[in-house]
Amino acid sequence: MTTLLGARIGVVTFPGSLDDRDAARAIRFAGGEAVELWHADADLKGVDAVVLPGGFSYGDYLRCGAIARFAPAMQTIIDRARQGMPVLGICNGFQILVESHLLPGALIRNDHQHFVCRDQRLRIENTTSVWTRDFDFGDEIVIPLKNGEGGYVADEHTLDMLEAEGRVLARYLEVNPNGSYRDIAGLVNAQGTVAGLMPHPEHAIESLTGPSTDGRPFFTSIIASLAAGVRA
Amino acid sequence: MSVDNVTTAATTPEHPQPYRDLGLRDDEYQRIRDILSRRPTSSELAMYSVMWSEHCSYKSSKVHLRQFGDKKPHTDAMLVGIGENAGVVDIGQGWAVTFKVESHNHPSYVEPYQGAATGVGGIVRDIMSMGARPVAVMDPLRFGPLDAADTRRVLPGVIAGVGGYGNCLGLPNIGGEVVFDPSYAGNPLVNALCVGTMKHEDIHLAKASGIGNRVILYGATTGGDGIGGVSVLASETFDADGPAKRPSVQVGDPFMEKLLIECTLEVLHAGLVEGIQDLGGAGISCATSELASNGTGGMHVWLDRVPLRDPSLSPEEILMSESQERMCAIVPPENVEQFMAICRKWDVIATDIGVVTDTGRLIIEWKGETIVDVPPRTVAHDGPVYQRPYHRPAWQDALQADAPTADRLPRPTTAAELRALVLRMAGAPNLASKAWVTDQYDRYVMGNTVLAQPEDSGMVRVDEETGLGVAVATDCNGRVAKLDPYTGARFALAEAYRNVAVTGAKPLAVTNCLNFGSPEDPEVMWQFAEAVRGLADGCLELGTPVTGGNVSFYNQTGTVAILPTPVVGVLGVIDDVDRRTPMAWGEDGDLIYLLGDTRDEFAGSEWAHEVHGHLGGMPPAVDLAKERVLGEILIAGSRDGMFNAAHDVSDGGVMQALVEMALRSNVGARIWVPDDVDPFVFMYAESTARAIVVVPRDEETRFAGMCAMRGFTASRIGVVDSRLDIDAIEASTEEASNGAVPAQLLQLDNVHGETLRWTLDELRAAHTATLPAVLNA
Repeated sequence: MTTLLGARIGVVTFPGSLDDRDAARAIRFAGGEAVELWHADADLKGVDAVVLPGGFSYGDYLRCGAIARFAPAMQTIIDRARQGMPVLGICNGFQILVESHLLPGALIRNDHQHFVCRDQRLRIENTTSVWTRDFDFGDEIVIPLKNGEGGYVADEHTLDMLEAEGRVLARYLEVNPNGSYRDIAGLVNAQGTVAGLMPHPEHAIESLTGPSTDGRPFFTSIIASLAAGVRA
Repeated sequence: MSVDNVTTAATTPEHPQPYRDLGLRDDEYQRIRDILSRRPTSSELAMYSVMWSEHCSYKSSKVHLRQFGDKKPHTDAMLVGIGENAGVVDIGQGWAVTFKVESHNHPSYVEPYQGAATGVGGIVRDIMSMGARPVAVMDPLRFGPLDAADTRRVLPGVIAGVGGYGNCLGLPNIGGEVVFDPSYAGNPLVNALCVGTMKHEDIHLAKASGIGNRVILYGATTGGDGIGGVSVLASETFDADGPAKRPSVQVGDPFMEKLLIECTLEVLHAGLVEGIQDLGGAGISCATSELASNGTGGMHVWLDRVPLRDPSLSPEEILMSESQERMCAIVPPENVEQFMAICRKWDVIATDIGVVTDTGRLIIEWKGETIVDVPPRTVAHDGPVYQRPYHRPAWQDALQADAPTADRLPRPTTAAELRALVLRMAGAPNLASKAWVTDQYDRYVMGNTVLAQPEDSGMVRVDEETGLGVAVATDCNGRVAKLDPYTGARFALAEAYRNVAVTGAKPLAVTNCLNFGSPEDPEVMWQFAEAVRGLADGCLELGTPVTGGNVSFYNQTGTVAILPTPVVGVLGVIDDVDRRTPMAWGEDGDLIYLLGDTRDEFAGSEWAHEVHGHLGGMPPAVDLAKERVLGEILIAGSRDGMFNAAHDVSDGGVMQALVEMALRSNVGARIWVPDDVDPFVFMYAESTARAIVVVPRDEETRFAGMCAMRGFTASRIGVVDSRLDIDAIEASTEEASNGAVPAQLLQLDNVHGETLRWTLDELRAAHTATLPAVLNA
């Protein structure tokens, strides 16, 4: 059982996950309880929400996120996400959500062919999702971006639908760092519960180690959302 | 056909062996025969040849490297000294740090991506095998001229390899160097440094102790990587239609390495392991002989148990294979089951390949035949040691006499020339922004990076509760080392020491990667001997012991050696990373001070190199006592909150340092040239023991007192000012101010009676355009 203030948020470690500790730290910073989940374990330990962290799950072999999708933990997560459990996929986690068909489109090699690590300016364009409710519409934030295969692509119909339904979570400003269509940096499902984000809010929670603290609202948002009764 | 075993070897003493093709000299081969009282088997020959190679045995450098131990300063900080995989330093609060830098120069020239990638992988395993969690990497890199065709082949591949491996491994890349010089055109330098942290009780050593303990090989399977040299043996034992060519370059798999890190830390923390060793150069030969030699003294290995990715490999090749991402652990029998379970959890293959014995012999069996039976110490530690002849080059005097004086090397004399020079220097390949490189490295992963490039040193938080952290910097000016190798090594040490101190960390220990030409060239050997002597003397003076390092010889194209390049890495500790000093200045009105004395010193400078392509003269004086005082000021100022920013003054002098600080902060400043110095000398001389510090006005008295008490020169040279342009617009006529957007300016007063101004936009454009213009072309 979860209490109102005891938001329990799982962080899945796949072989090759790299930012799992960072995601857990961000959850703790925001006041939540971070629960370690293991890819090979279908049991989610009763968590209220899940973060799929950045990294190179299964070495990104075959295609980024393609193998992780079939992990036992993911089978449970996909089922529960369809029933409303909040999930945030960051970077490789976003790729896994796309491979799992929880979010539309695909993420491909950066258009300039290089891995890129930079402090990226974004505009928040959805403040109704459970992961972004603590932002104001149009907020401009700077958080780290680091990817080799972060170019978001989808067909025109899908892109138009995402725009029409207000499901573009955040858009790149100033520089499109990877060739993403329509500068899309993140998106959310129709229910506002499953979100994918290419940049890394978990690396922007302390001014000491990040370019800003602009990443915090993603984590306070989910805790507030859970407190307000969004439960799977 | 059967393998060459010890029985056969004993009965066929006249059997010819290709030892010369394996790099062994006649006397070395005879020594092996003397040790064994028979000819070696082909497997033994393979082991000795690789373990007695320059790369593994340090046979040419050993007699010099001893100075690092002989001249070791007294310190309580060393927990593990030279000789292990990497030295270990106590940083307080129960934490220890290990760090080391290694070269991967030759493989990176042959195959830039894999060469650089496996360089990172190798140094990370070294750190891991001490029991530490790797927490950061950095890469000192040197290439030929930026616009050389081969640089455009090698550099992008090396950068992609460093990034591709390190990023996938999840280690932040926090610093390093990118240097261009024609001497590296046919021999780039790819050095890789790794830092690891651990609690004192987690320190592990590479030794096989305890009779009956099992020898477990885990990680990747063994393939034909990096055994090009042994193919002469393979061709002896293989049928004619067997695989003819073996690749000499290894291929890395960072995903496997990531699993290996997590798996290794878990077995270590579970207390299951007696000793541990990584497999790098010389693979199983090295790991088994070193583990046995350092432990109880004997080991029995069943080589046919080694899991192979290529079943056609001969035993000699398996012994020599440099397949990446492998480790060897010594595990008590009662722990083996648990050890295997942890490996299974991480999908890491683990195989029991042997047992620790008290026979004093390393015995290796292959399908029931004994193919190796040797005293392990003779392989691992008692290799040949050479006193290579060396002498001061005949050209050294002429080089030192060729001083860059004003009458011989024209200097800019007018304000207009100096204004143009600043823009040129900001974009000179060696001074230009390296963002094209470092933006391909993940500096954020692990969430503990406090400072990363282009800051003076990389800094990571070690303890999230207390804020304890470490800073690391690497430096070397090969041009200065060529002018005088003894001074050059001390110059590199001084700069790395200063770069650590500038951030507020206290320098504790030194590692090095000594990149030189052929040791068989007496002039190169002299450069090496002098550099080692200089570094050892310098470390004694500064009180920072050498904890380990690496020597890379034969860096030359034909008979022309690279600039002598003793890369020095310094590690420092800071009690609370929250108090680190960054290089970006902040507040209007903060005072800009130059610490130290500026002399007319241009030999080996970036100006002489960039503008005149000149190298000659006596290098800038190195005064380590002064460096030490400067370090005390920088550390005390950081601790007591006297600085809002600080930056090392080195390549490109004071002017380049100011440009970098202004661009990092995006805030302008007004600087004035002191009356008693020539503007050009003030701007571009490369005198040592200097730094720029930015002092809040209310700290000025305390700061000045601190410097005066230590007798250290502190000159007020400017003030942070974001309003220079706004004030100018407001003061100008109405039509001029109409619609003008105020720019951030860097202003230099008192330049031959004139005032020079640059917008930060034009400086940034000059600084950032250079690498992309060439590398994106």
